[in-house]
Amino acid sequence: MVNPDIQGKRYPRTPSYLVGREKVREFAKAVMAPKECFDLEFAKQNGYEDLVVPPTFPVVIQEQSLAIVLSDPEAQIDFARVVHGEQKFVFQRPIIAGDLLTSELSVASVKSLGGNHMVVFDTEIFDESQTLVCTAISTLVVRGEDA
Amino acid sequence: MPEITELAIGDIVAEKNFHLDRDSLVRYAGASGDFNPIHYRDDAAAGVGLPGVLAHGMLTMGLSIGPVVSWLGDAGKIIDYGVRFTKPVVVPASGQALITVIAKVVELDLEAKKARIDLQTSFDGNNVLGKAQVWVQL
Repeated sequence: MVNPDIQGKRYPRTPSYLVGREKVREFAKAVMAPKECFDLEFAKQNGYEDLVVPPTFPVVIQEQSLAIVLSDPEAQIDFARVVHGEQKFVFQRPIIAGDLLTSELSVASVKSLGGNHMVVFDTEIFDESQTLVCTAISTLVVRGEDA
Repeated sequence: MPEITELAIGDIVAEKNFHLDRDSLVRYAGASGDFNPIHYRDDAAAGVGLPGVLAHGMLTMGLSIGPVVSWLGDAGKIIDYGVRFTKPVVVPASGQALITVIAKVVELDLEAKKARIDLQTSFDGNNVLGKAQVWVQL
């Protein structure tokens, strides 16, 4: 069950997240990313100040915003019944180690579908100058009691 | 860096196999912060009616883009990446799950120098990601 009234709700900004070079490498290793994601010299040759994060790294930041929703009593989302349906990342610019990021989540839609609920969350990720760098769009399916 | 003018619709630009074991799932749990126990404990997975311990969907999504990053030589050229999670990847307690990724050109925007690459990620003969689409800036 999901409270349909949370559609359109905006949640507070998350605290700043400093993208650490070794965290980027740790994540890159976990997703078996190619050498380009680990090698600082390579990143510099490509014109970056530091390592570029692997494309799904913003999930780490999205996770912080999602945690706020899942602990919101108004949302009534039972985490044990949640299945990840879809995920998308749209980049305005690459995220680089050293970036100081915050995120803000809004509930784009809540739909009911054959006993299940589908919730779409848009998480906007901003840098220190408050410029949008990436939007992470996540669709969660919350299975109904009988599903 | 590949040149957009050298690409044609239907070109396979990258192809790679990945082997996932339980260690891979624990490593991803730690790196991502997603510690849902269905990704490393058999009893937790069985308790919610799953066929076994499942790989994180985000792990499958994350590794599927690797071959495209390698082809581009620059993760910063990926401007849009989305997937639908259609089937679970069951990872045995011992042994490995084999995942195959094929990346194919499906759309070219010569003016904006953008290409759409679709990924086919399969496990056990089934596609586990649907609508796995990547836009790259060339």
